[in-house]
Amino acid sequence: MENMISIFVRAIFVDNMIFAYFLGMCSYLAVSKTVKTSVGLGIAVVFVLGITVPVNYLIDNYLLKAGALTWISSSFADVDLGFLSFITFIAVIASIVQLVEMVVEKYAPALYNSLGIFLPLIAVNCAVLGGSLFMQEREYANIGEATMFGLGSGVGWLLAIVGIAAIREKIRYSQVPAPLRGLGITFIVAGLMGIAFMSFMGIKL
Amino acid sequence: MDNIILNAVIALSGIGVTAAVVLYFVAQKFKVIEDPRIDVVEAILPGANCGGCGFAGCRAFAEAIVAAGNLDNLNCPVGGNTAMAEIAKVLGLEAEEKEPLIAVLRCNGSLTNAKPKVKYDGPLTCAFAHNLYSGESGCPFGCLGLGDCVDSCKFDALYMDKATGLPVVIQDNCVACNACVKACPRGIFELRPKGKKDRRIYVGCINEEKGAPAKKNCEVACIGCGKCVKECQFDAITLINNLAYIDPYKCKLCRKCALVCPTNSIHELNFPPRKEKLVEKVDAPTEPAPVATEG
Repeated sequence: MENMISIFVRAIFVDNMIFAYFLGMCSYLAVSKTVKTSVGLGIAVVFVLGITVPVNYLIDNYLLKAGALTWISSSFADVDLGFLSFITFIAVIASIVQLVEMVVEKYAPALYNSLGIFLPLIAVNCAVLGGSLFMQEREYANIGEATMFGLGSGVGWLLAIVGIAAIREKIRYSQVPAPLRGLGITFIVAGLMGIAFMSFMGIKL
Repeated sequence: MDNIILNAVIALSGIGVTAAVVLYFVAQKFKVIEDPRIDVVEAILPGANCGGCGFAGCRAFAEAIVAAGNLDNLNCPVGGNTAMAEIAKVLGLEAEEKEPLIAVLRCNGSLTNAKPKVKYDGPLTCAFAHNLYSGESGCPFGCLGLGDCVDSCKFDALYMDKATGLPVVIQDNCVACNACVKACPRGIFELRPKGKKDRRIYVGCINEEKGAPAKKNCEVACIGCGKCVKECQFDAITLINNLAYIDPYKCKLCRKCALVCPTNSIHELNFPPRKEKLVEKVDAPTEPAPVATEG
């Protein structure tokens, strides 16, 4: 249990998807104009990461890893399909996003309307694929840890995009030097936020 | 080698087929039945997603029309009467004819009429400047000239006239989507009927101050003298808070009010020139009047 909490907190602050690895930058910069829409996208990312990481964990452990197929027959012990992880993960992410979209549309139309265009956008968000690949690389002990890592990464991403959206809302009313207006100052702000998050780097959890 | 390829193909096809089958059944089970008429109505709408109808976009407007079942209070200003009539035909409803509207700038505080007294050096948005102070001319109601309305216009119907410092409405492009009315922090724009032969008459000022302070900041301010109210034979003009307002639905475009206005704050657009003796008293409107035979 303690281990899970530390994985969760670590994923939010220390290994933050945006500030430590700069993943998901495109939607991070494109959809962070207002706090309202960025919260919508952030929640959708938490949602998708929380589902895809454990599902991909199962696929990795029971299908792709070296010797993972022994549950079918012991003759598969030397089969290693690890090289298929990229294509498998992205296919799984795309179909799960589709599935989630359909279920949400049926049972929570209000949530569907607010997430609306963001859900399909997330299928190609590199933070989501990154979550699955990190999960594979770090070899979590069980599916609970993988889920915690997925949720933590999502919450970290949500935190980052809401933070920059709030700053961008304020920046609109300040006198920014002409060459930096728009995306330029946003990049600088993102970099400064990244530096601030670097202070978590030394923490051992 | 064969084994690797075979295993990879089997594993990938397995995952692909599983995902496809699951998605297929989920799609069947969770199908959301949508009214097919929504798509039809949406196809008729202009697709500008301007928000002029009061809904989030053309899709939302189409859903609202189909859900409402009648066309009361629903109007697409961009598509106009033709689009609404077509929608009514598709849905078997009746659309009432609406007079097309156009945005009108109710301020003539140009650089010459309302001379700048201070120099503004802040962020170049009207929203910000409006919260900060009354404006370079000192008029707390007049145009700030920073162009929030121009930024808001999706139809290229507004541009800033550098000479006057005021935005200009391009009549042919304006679709009355209400975007500039919302964008202006001072509420200077108003949507008024286009009028017969595009002729319009309106008070080009929204200053509610008393005569002296209003006139101090701007030469063409409405000073609330009430002369036009007395002159109007159709009760079309009302005087509220030291400001005259011409009701476009009562106005018969006789132009008598413009003659008696001591500050020339009443604008007339697209009228033919007046007869000789009257011309001296009236300044030319902001748009050049087309030549016509009627007088």
